[in-house]
Amino acid sequence: MSLQARDKEFLALLGPSGSGKTTLLRVLAGLEEPDAGEVRFDGEDFLALPVRKRKVGMVFQHYALFRHMTVAQNIAFGLTVRPARERPGKSEIRDRVARLLDLVQLQGLEKRFPSQLSGGQRQRVALARALAIEPRMLLLDEPFGALDAQVRRELRRWLRELHDRAGVTTVFVTHDQEEALDLADRVAILKDGELVQLGAPNAVYEHPATPFVFDFLGQACQLPGVVQGGSLTVADWETAAPEGATQGAVQVFFRPDEVAFAPAEGAGLAAEVLAVARRGPDVRIDCRIEGVLMELIGHGPTLPAGVAPGLSVRVKPLRPQVYA
Amino acid sequence: MTAATSSEPMVKVRLPGVAFVMVAISVLAMAGLILLPLYVVFREALLKGLPQYLAALKAPDAVSAIRLTLLVAAIAVPLNAVFGIAAAWAISKCEFRGKSVLLTLIDLPFSISPVVSGLVWVLLFGAQGLFGKWLLAHDLKVIFAVPGLVLATILVTFPFVARELIPLMQQQGADEEAAALTLGASGFTTFRRVTLPNIQWALLYGVLLCNARAMGEFGAVSVVSGHIRGLTNTLPLHVEVLYNDYDSVGAFAAASLLAGLGIVTLVLKTALEWRHSGELSAGRKH
Repeated sequence: MSLQARDKEFLALLGPSGSGKTTLLRVLAGLEEPDAGEVRFDGEDFLALPVRKRKVGMVFQHYALFRHMTVAQNIAFGLTVRPARERPGKSEIRDRVARLLDLVQLQGLEKRFPSQLSGGQRQRVALARALAIEPRMLLLDEPFGALDAQVRRELRRWLRELHDRAGVTTVFVTHDQEEALDLADRVAILKDGELVQLGAPNAVYEHPATPFVFDFLGQACQLPGVVQGGSLTVADWETAAPEGATQGAVQVFFRPDEVAFAPAEGAGLAAEVLAVARRGPDVRIDCRIEGVLMELIGHGPTLPAGVAPGLSVRVKPLRPQVYA
Repeated sequence: MTAATSSEPMVKVRLPGVAFVMVAISVLAMAGLILLPLYVVFREALLKGLPQYLAALKAPDAVSAIRLTLLVAAIAVPLNAVFGIAAAWAISKCEFRGKSVLLTLIDLPFSISPVVSGLVWVLLFGAQGLFGKWLLAHDLKVIFAVPGLVLATILVTFPFVARELIPLMQQQGADEEAAALTLGASGFTTFRRVTLPNIQWALLYGVLLCNARAMGEFGAVSVVSGHIRGLTNTLPLHVEVLYNDYDSVGAFAAASLLAGLGIVTLVLKTALEWRHSGELSAGRKH
């Protein structure tokens, strides 16, 4: 596979576990060697460089903070291990650590040990430590994986702002599609070591290249259909086929919340409503379409007109995607 | 972090009566098997008074046995610390063929009789041994000399440091080292500033146990020593020689030194466990 990150880009590597995304990240960092292929940075052969010469800041999934060092010593590590003639002076290191502590909002915690920090604080120390070496590229391995949902959402926004301020090309690995779409400039979707699709969050969400991507990026409903000329037929419902759709028998995919409901005598897929349940702002509508049980989602405080358990309605997918 | 899980409080169970019986058995066993012999050692040693006790320790053969024991330990323990770190590093941080074989080999000295551990050196370097003729021709002495004692001691005490480090290093993983490398540290700097500090207390603990065993080793050393008084007798061998000579004050005086070493080791070991329990491995089996 071939993948190129743009300068100062925030790129997400998204895929299920075992898709090779962490391996790819470790290859970029130099912690693992690929059997074949090449890694270039600004045209420079990265594989010829040992890990320590690559100047790549890496934040590990479990942070890998040095447990016997304080927060300040952790952050300063990358500076203090430089050979004597490249090493900044003691006071300069102290200043740089203070600035980084400021940047990650951990002022006053420099004397603490990693074991005395919360998960979110540890992650920010790991980031400050990686940024201290003024990396050419920042690599984040499941940066939010070890945090609980609340902290995760806060840190997500904060990380994005940090990236915009620091202006470092950042590649991060995640298996959480929401996280990838929310944070990244572009998302690379991986499966079994192959790059399946690469694009801006909106583009990949609106036009998934394969059924796998469609399914992975959100919930999916699936029915068989036929494309003939410019029209798509699913059961007794006929609509315009999406542009560039292959002719003949296809699989039709649509999102359970991208549907419109119509009265039983209107156009659409005939559906029998089985149950309706309110889930906060959304309503879950269980129904049977063409013999298949589907969980559809309605938005807003009121039920779509005519939807109630036991009734028949028509369901019109708003943006069906077809795959051969 | 995994360190946090080890501090979880243990669930305690109360079974009426059983606790009392268990505690009583433990205390009786302790008293009968450990405290009583310890008392006997010091009582016998001081039976004819303090001056006699001190005189027994100042005897030339005793002094030379003490010196030899310290010398052997001073060579064998640092070497085994280095071997132990190397083996533990290889097993916990690298992937290679034959890893499980290495792991088994490290434990071998625990499972074979110390007599065999001594005998292998005789078979290799003894006068009739594999390299015996060559050594004789070059006027080198291994068996019935200090090198033999050191070799036998190294073999017997090899597992102590490695066994202590392997579970800890496996639990710590290699992520911190990887992080240090990405931050620009060289391999050696990473080892010195990340790996070593992370294992320092477990290393000290292993060295302590290794040292206690190195100084107290009898079986393997007995085979290669030749029992030359004042020359190749270590402290445990010295004890045996005097005991066979019916010099009970001398034998027990020397034994009291070994017992004292045991007590000091125990105190240090407990202090280490008490202060650094989190940094010692949970999987210890000694």
